[in-house]
Amino acid sequence: MEDAARLLQLVVNGAAAGCIYGLIALGFVLIYKATEMVNFAQGDIMMLGGFVAYSAVAHWGLNYWVGALIAIVATAMFGYALDAIVLRRVIGQPQFAVVMLTLGLGFIFRAGAGITWGYDSVGFDTPFTNRTVKLGALILGEDNLSIIFGTVLLCLVLYLFFAKTRLGVAMQASSQNQLAAYYMGIPVRNVFSMIWAISAGVAAVAGILLSPVSMIDVNMGFLGIKAFAAAVIGGFGSIPGSLIGGVFVGIVEQLAGYYLPAGFQEVTSNIVLLGMLFVRPQGLFAERMGKRV
Amino acid sequence: MTVLFEAKDIAVRFGGIRAVDAVSFTVERGEIFSIIGPNGAGKTTIFNLISRIYNTSEGQLLFDGGDITHTPPHMIAKLGIARTFQNIELFANATLLQNLLIGRHCHSTAGYLSQMAFLPSTRRAEVRHREKVEEVIAFLDLQRYRDSLIANLPYGVRKVVELGRALCTEPKLLLLDEPSSGLNVEETEGMGFWIEDIKKDLGITVIMVEHDMALVSQVSDRVMALNYGKVLAMGTPRDVQTHPEVVRAYIGGDVEMEV
Amino acid sequence: MRYLFRTSYQQDLRAWRHGGDVFWYGLLIVLVLIIPFVMGEFYVGEMGGVFIFAIAGVGLMLLVGYTGLISLGHAAFLGIGSYVNSVLLAQGVPFLITLPVSGLFTALCGAAIGRPTLRMSGLYLAIATLSFGSIVGTVFQKWTAVTGGFDGFAVPTPYVFGVSVEGATGVYYTSFAVLLFVLWVSVNLLRSPIGRAMVAIRDSEVSAQSMGIHLAKYKTLAFAISAGITGLAGALFAHYVRFLAPDAFDVLLSVQFVTIVFVGGLGSLRGAILGAIFVRLLPQAIAIVRDDLPFGIGRLPGLEPSLFGLVLVVVILFQPGGINGLWLKIKLWFQTYPFMRQASGRRQKSYARSERLR
Repeated sequence: MEDAARLLQLVVNGAAAGCIYGLIALGFVLIYKATEMVNFAQGDIMMLGGFVAYSAVAHWGLNYWVGALIAIVATAMFGYALDAIVLRRVIGQPQFAVVMLTLGLGFIFRAGAGITWGYDSVGFDTPFTNRTVKLGALILGEDNLSIIFGTVLLCLVLYLFFAKTRLGVAMQASSQNQLAAYYMGIPVRNVFSMIWAISAGVAAVAGILLSPVSMIDVNMGFLGIKAFAAAVIGGFGSIPGSLIGGVFVGIVEQLAGYYLPAGFQEVTSNIVLLGMLFVRPQGLFAERMGKRV
Repeated sequence: MTVLFEAKDIAVRFGGIRAVDAVSFTVERGEIFSIIGPNGAGKTTIFNLISRIYNTSEGQLLFDGGDITHTPPHMIAKLGIARTFQNIELFANATLLQNLLIGRHCHSTAGYLSQMAFLPSTRRAEVRHREKVEEVIAFLDLQRYRDSLIANLPYGVRKVVELGRALCTEPKLLLLDEPSSGLNVEETEGMGFWIEDIKKDLGITVIMVEHDMALVSQVSDRVMALNYGKVLAMGTPRDVQTHPEVVRAYIGGDVEMEV
Repeated sequence: MRYLFRTSYQQDLRAWRHGGDVFWYGLLIVLVLIIPFVMGEFYVGEMGGVFIFAIAGVGLMLLVGYTGLISLGHAAFLGIGSYVNSVLLAQGVPFLITLPVSGLFTALCGAAIGRPTLRMSGLYLAIATLSFGSIVGTVFQKWTAVTGGFDGFAVPTPYVFGVSVEGATGVYYTSFAVLLFVLWVSVNLLRSPIGRAMVAIRDSEVSAQSMGIHLAKYKTLAFAISAGITGLAGALFAHYVRFLAPDAFDVLLSVQFVTIVFVGGLGSLRGAILGAIFVRLLPQAIAIVRDDLPFGIGRLPGLEPSLFGLVLVVVILFQPGGINGLWLKIKLWFQTYPFMRQASGRRQKSYARSERLR
């Protein structure tokens, strides 16, 4: 019974961490599906979102939910501006250039955050901090549960948005065929900026959900590297895939940390990633594409 | 052996669609063989099967006395089959000269260490390759574009460079995929003369996918018509172009053909 | 303006274009050889570092700029070269042997990572190399029996024919010699079939295959050569830092390398060197002007990485040809004076080319 409880504990922790990876991966995938750009600064946008929430709640003393909303909206607007001002200009350049560009932006965001909020870790009060729920022999932290529920809720909202609303369908159209979308009267460039906004907003949600579990600090964005594993497993083209990939990586990491010798936990996500790339590069969900010559 | 190339019942499917369905044909040494058909008939797919970019799910490909059905794609050039691409797959960031020199790759003999140290043997090989490439440049009148980047060249010239690059591999069989697409009337005439020169002066066998019927009639010895991946007709240009099945495929319904 | 009359094929095969090139580069080499006699030890040391990073830059340039394969994990190869060199030296193997052995071993590692990544391109390759670099970094930390882990590894003194080549001047001349060697090999590769195969793979894999280029062989070869050259740089890096710490070879260092290649100018050897000079001297330049900056910007923490990022962003937005591109433009301006117009340098508007269907 001890072992089963411990196992379940690890799974829940892993699933929570995995949800964060999945949310960051979701941000990657949204942008990649639309514009084929990869945003290596996605983790850093999550960090910025977390810091804004911190300012709202801890500095200005706002209510948690209001602060969270402000952070999400502010970060989304920042994402929109980022695309409109910087990223639109590199359309047509090879993918490598965009990778470098977002890496550079990541540096700037980290430095900006350091200047504005300092280099120490900070946290703020949330309704979930330090509260637990008892389930039989298990004691689960409410913070972890909030991550899982929050992620599921967000994904549901996004699914409904993309499938049922006009804007969502327009976004799907623009990511599949830019030219045809233009012909149908869709303002593709604005739609892409809005996709960036949503992606940034999702990153902010990840940052806010993560804050009770792990403090907010300037280097938080390096989680983004683990999120790549999630995105690759999901196939880089699929929204549910990113989430499943993330949870998978999270759980494997926790299990590795417990059952394998010390030092293996850090490399778990990388090994999973490389394994996936070697065995089934298109991930679990995407299709293989080839060039018609 | 007068038959240089034979395809026996080759087929490939993409998902549920049979892009090429039990196609068989032979090509005689030294002839110009054209493949015609409406868009989506499977013509370029056949080329991709011959150059082994796709695997044929059934049947055989026989070339010059050997079975190439399972040969890896990079060995095809060395065996003597060269091709051009419908949408021009040149190396855009290199010069014309470099593109043609890459065509010589299958005849490259220099070892790795020899190349890293640029030993005299590599140097001599390079001069030989350059001489061969210059022959092709002279044949196609590309002298003044020699050092231009492909990205800076007009479309008509790029088509010719694509042809030149294929010729640099010294092929026995040349696959031309829509050589006249995108060319104006003059350029198409020029292309037709070059194709005839390739056959007469260089003795290279040509398989050509083409839409321009005038060009097809002008240069081809035999023609094969395809539709929906299946062979409709095979024979002389005139026979095929007046064949009722072929006419129906292009125009649809019963039509009286004026000959 | 100089007009080149081409009279023989040998002329096109030469490593230099005309006599002027020979003169100026020769002068540059002489200048480099003299510098340690006129400048202080600190600057000589820094220049040694620049040469080492230039070697790594050339290695990465061959892979990224010429073959079109992105690697975000090249710090791993630098590390492998450093540790192999140091461990062998500690066993008593002479430096003249450990140096090439480090390069060869790292080349084998490069081939090992090149093979499985054959069908990956662009994004996936970047992620895979990022992961690989991360894993190797962790191996450096954990394999304490060999690397000493976080305790560090004191690098033994290298001797060439009984003379110690430690110290700023020793590293300076040794790295310069290796840089010249690496440049010579690269120029040879680029005018041979291997170099052309690499460019073909970069521009169109499908037609490269149709021309007889075995993709697997040449991609693995490109990785091997690139890793090998970076391994050589690593061996020299060990003597530059004198004390190896495993966390020196992290993602940020890999990003520095990629910045060298990118800011220098993709697709040119000169770019690799200019990029190395820029990336290594930027921190020095910041340190010098730090106190003079207005509004107390100089005293802000995190100034260096932010300027780094800013440079990357600015280069990509406004000067994607990098420093080399700028150099060529300036040269063209002088050569065609006074006829150059703004349109001569304007980039062609291009549309996004799908990387999913290369």
